[in-house]
Amino acid sequence: MSLTTLEKLTILTDAAKYDAACTSSGVDRPNVPGQLGNAVSYGLCHSFAADGRCISLLKVLLTNSCIYNCKYCVNRSSNDTPRAAFSPRELADLTIAFYRRNYIEGLFLSSGVLRSPDYTCEQLIETLRILRQKYRFGGYIHVKAIPGADSALISRLGLLADRMSVNIELPSETGLKQLAPNKTKSSILKPMGLISGKIRENKHDLALYKHAPVFAPAGQSTQMIVGATPDSDLQILRLTEGLYKKYRLKRVFYSAYVPVSDSALLPPVGTKPPLLREHRLYQADWLLRFYGFSASEILDENTPSFDPLMDPKCCWALRHMEQFPIDVNRAEYAMLLRVPGIGIKSAKRIVTARREGSLTFEGLRRLGVVLKRAQYFVTCSGKMMPGLRVTQEGVFRALTEPSPRRQLEGAEQLSFFDTPSSRLSWGDSPTSPLLTETIPKGEISA
Amino acid sequence: MTHSYPLKEISKAYRYDGSFAGFLSCVFEAYLKKEYPSAIFPEDAPGSLFPEKWIETDREKARRVYVSLRKNISREAREQVRLGFLSCNPEKELLLFRFIRTGLEEGPAVMNRLADASVHELLKAVQQLQNESHQLLQFLRFSDYGGVLIATVEPKNRVLSLMAEHFCSRYSGERFLIWDKTHREALFHSPEKWEILPLLSFTPPPPGREEKEYRRLWKRFYDTVAIESRYNPRCRRSHMPMRYWKHMTEFQPENGSSPSEKGGECRPTEILVSVGNEPQLTDGEKDPIIRASLPASKRERPTRSHPEEEKLHAEI
Repeated sequence: MSLTTLEKLTILTDAAKYDAACTSSGVDRPNVPGQLGNAVSYGLCHSFAADGRCISLLKVLLTNSCIYNCKYCVNRSSNDTPRAAFSPRELADLTIAFYRRNYIEGLFLSSGVLRSPDYTCEQLIETLRILRQKYRFGGYIHVKAIPGADSALISRLGLLADRMSVNIELPSETGLKQLAPNKTKSSILKPMGLISGKIRENKHDLALYKHAPVFAPAGQSTQMIVGATPDSDLQILRLTEGLYKKYRLKRVFYSAYVPVSDSALLPPVGTKPPLLREHRLYQADWLLRFYGFSASEILDENTPSFDPLMDPKCCWALRHMEQFPIDVNRAEYAMLLRVPGIGIKSAKRIVTARREGSLTFEGLRRLGVVLKRAQYFVTCSGKMMPGLRVTQEGVFRALTEPSPRRQLEGAEQLSFFDTPSSRLSWGDSPTSPLLTETIPKGEISA
Repeated sequence: MTHSYPLKEISKAYRYDGSFAGFLSCVFEAYLKKEYPSAIFPEDAPGSLFPEKWIETDREKARRVYVSLRKNISREAREQVRLGFLSCNPEKELLLFRFIRTGLEEGPAVMNRLADASVHELLKAVQQLQNESHQLLQFLRFSDYGGVLIATVEPKNRVLSLMAEHFCSRYSGERFLIWDKTHREALFHSPEKWEILPLLSFTPPPPGREEKEYRRLWKRFYDTVAIESRYNPRCRRSHMPMRYWKHMTEFQPENGSSPSEKGGECRPTEILVSVGNEPQLTDGEKDPIIRASLPASKRERPTRSHPEEEKLHAEI
């Protein structure tokens, strides 16, 4: 096999592109003279691909040969696709050349399982060792832990990387059994537990010894594929919440399933990826991590799926109109965060600016509040937005997202697995049933 | 501590040499004469309807104003003024002047008046400056010419000094040059020191074989990593405005040179070698705007703490 670097790069990028995680955030490591590079905690996106996703790291596989045959995966052993492998040295050279030109923030390395999990893990370690020790590379490295590899190898990997991740792949055990016969829930959760244990242990060591080697300082993340199995949004969101709490993950990524196989168990090739559903999951994920929401507030047994027309925060607010309107000059920060149209930045600005005098609606606009949405939920010193008329259609238009056409297209994709529980109400009437129940007209405009 | 200085509005415009010290001298003049100018213009701006008054740059007066910003308002407010001056807002001088006046009347609280129209305008200008600087940390592309890294940028704001620390730290062992084509100045870095100097025109040489090969690899990676069924050009444009594409490797034609690489005259290696000894400057030195923004003397590698501030002290 004598492929050129260009050919290898093409094959191994193509094989890695379905992985959603590509952030370079979470660790500050200043440059040490003699080293190349550093890491900054806010992370940098060096480019954006034609699909609008950020390119922060050189995201490639070390090899796309794999002994496993997971049905949803483009690299499954039964798939007839060209195979390639980088040598550790070759990939390290490429990483350095790209990094020096400011193309990338570092390396995101994953791999198919070649020969055995242990052998594959050793190859990853060798690549990272060349980068860190030979080239004294100080940039960001995200590496995938290979499920089934020896825990000693995973520990060595973690000492060379900034972030580690184990992909949970599918949101339920049944899904795994059907689609990834070589993987089980426990084979995925075991390395995840090992890594989170190591990180915690390492924090303790670092408190005792300043120069203790650092284990995955940017923490751990995971990814799951959405839309390959009939799992509901509620199940996914609960799983996410559990992962954040139990394994202290930094991020959970969702990847809308792009059909790459004609297995009867999967959506057929050509089905559009459920991008809107992925988008709603990320919105809900943000509500969990930054806005103080819990999964049960966002979805429950009665509403197990996201509303395709309205974001989860608006949905929550409309279900809880008894808590609104709130007064921006008095409300607590935590409550400000729950107002549609007020984000973290504008909530903080409100708290700062109201110390210097009462805020008006004009002032709120300058602080970056989206009044179009927020106007229905806030008052300024007891007054409603001047001239505000509350009509059902008006509220509905203001709270749904700008291009209803795109939303409806997306909504169709959502219903691929059309079980009664996941059937959505968007088609029934132009006004969501929520609205008619929860906004008594006179109350708000009074 | 708050002060009340009544200023009388006059229908006169101030004109100054365009340097930061020059602007601070205008502030000094206004408070000395207790007057509130209708406009403040740099030397090269077109004429105004108001009768004009030329303000001579006086480093001692500028220093006094600069010190008083911190003493009578706050360190954050002074930082805001310094950054606001680097922004591309066409009325930045008057905005800054209004901000300083409010600050001297109200003290440090001026920084919290986020909903106030003129404070908001200034903070917005500074935010745009910082955003542009941040975006260039992401989208700037170096090319390797025989071991020397060179990048060209065309920012709206004067961002070089904001970007310096990031790149100097990241590529501490490299020799590199970042040319700001809009403002005709460049950041020179060698492992021993860095500085920002005027550079009126500059043409990088044609790329070598290895450089071309890596550009090809990067372009291929960029094109391959996108998922076709998720094609979303609007999302890409909103994260990465098209005005940056001009100088980004991934958008250059295959096997081609970047738009600026035409001649083969310039030897960047020599330029960089000369940093710290006797920089070969072009006519920029005669340009008062550029000259005034330069450090008074060559500096050693900055300490971690406040390289920017150090620069200002050196300047004033």
